Amino acid sequence: MAPLSSLYVFPEWLNMLMAFLIGTGFGFALEQAGFSSSRKLAGMFYGYDATVLKVFFTAAIVALIGSQFLGFFGVLNLNQVYVNEFYVTASVVGGFIMGAGFIMGGFCPGTGICAMSIGKIDAMVFVAGGFVGAFLFTETYSLIEGLATAQYRGPVKINEVLGLSPGVFTMILVVAAVGMFWLAELAEKRFARPDITNDL
Amino acid sequence: MNPYLAGTLLGLVLLLAMVVSGRGLGASGGVKYCVVSIVGAVSPQHVESSEYYSKYFENSKKPLTNWLVLEIFGVVAGGFISGAVSGRLKLKVEKSPKITVSRRLIFAFLGGVFFVYGGQLARGCTSGAALSGMAVLSVAGFVTMITIFGSAYMFAWVFRKNWI
Repeated sequence: MAPLSSLYVFPEWLNMLMAFLIGTGFGFALEQAGFSSSRKLAGMFYGYDATVLKVFFTAAIVALIGSQFLGFFGVLNLNQVYVNEFYVTASVVGGFIMGAGFIMGGFCPGTGICAMSIGKIDAMVFVAGGFVGAFLFTETYSLIEGLATAQYRGPVKINEVLGLSPGVFTMILVVAAVGMFWLAELAEKRFARPDITNDL
Repeated sequence: MNPYLAGTLLGLVLLLAMVVSGRGLGASGGVKYCVVSIVGAVSPQHVESSEYYSKYFENSKKPLTNWLVLEIFGVVAGGFISGAVSGRLKLKVEKSPKITVSRRLIFAFLGGVFFVYGGQLARGCTSGAALSGMAVLSVAGFVTMITIFGSAYMFAWVFRKNWI
C-alpha cells in the first residue's frame, strides 16, 4: 500500500525528480488559479474577489475525500501519511504573524514563489523578504524555543477530538464548504470593485 | 481557469504528493533549507557553533538536495509553464494605482519577512500547515488556517490603502 516512499527506497535522483515534478504540478495549479496576482489574493480580505476561499477549500476537500477513498480501498495506508503535530501556542502565534504578513505582502510563500516565476517583481521582493524571515527565525530560535515548543498535543486529528468518524467529519466539512462558496459568490457581487478586477 | 476547477487540480496534486511521499505540499520549508544552505556556505563556523543549524548538516547532508527545496524549484517551473501557456509572462510590479512602486515593494518585503517567520514558528505556512494539514484532518491545520485568515481580516482595515 502507498505511500510509495514507505514501500521502496528510491535512489536519491528519483526522489529529487519526484519532488520537482510534484512542485511543478503545484506551481502550475497555483498559477492557473490566478494566485500569481497579489491584488486578486488580497481581494479575499476586502470581499471583491473570493478566489482564495474557493480554490483553497475545493483543494482541501478533493484531497481529503480522495485520501479517504484510497484508504478505504486499501490503496493508501493513512497511518503512514504525515499528520501535522499540534503545538497550540506556536500554531496560534505563528498563524497570527502569517496573517499580518499576508495582508502586507499580498502573497503567502507558495503563491509568492509562483508569482515570481511569471515575472512579478513585487513577488521577487516578497520571496527575498521570506529568506530574511527564515534567517531571522533560525537566528532567534534560541530566544523563542519555549514559545515554539509550548503546549504540545501531538498529531491530533480534529474528528477524534470531536468524537466523529473521518467520513462524517468530511461530510460536514463539504457541507460547510458549499455554504461558504455560496457566501463567497454573494460577497463578490456585494463588494464588487470592477475598477480593480478589470485590471487583473 | 475556473477557481473550482483549479482547486480540484490543486487537490489532486496534493493527493498525489500524499500517495508518493506520504506527506503533503510545502513552500516555506524549502525557503528555510535554502537559507540554511546559504549560511553554511558563507559562514561554516557559525553553522558548527549553532545547535539549530548544525543538525541540517549532520552525516554530511546537503540541505539543498532536499525534497522541500526541489519542490519549490518545481513550483517556479510549473508557475512559469502556466504563465507561458496563458500568456501572463511579464516583468512588472503589480500594485494599486493609488500607491507608489516603492511603497508596494517595502510592504511586499515586510510581508515576506513576517509570513516566513510565522510559518517557521507554526511549522508550516498556508500550504504545509493549513492546506495539507486540513487534508489529513489535523487540528494544527485547522487552527493555523483559522488564525492566518482571522489575523489577515483583523489587519485588513489597517492596510486597506495598499489595496483598495
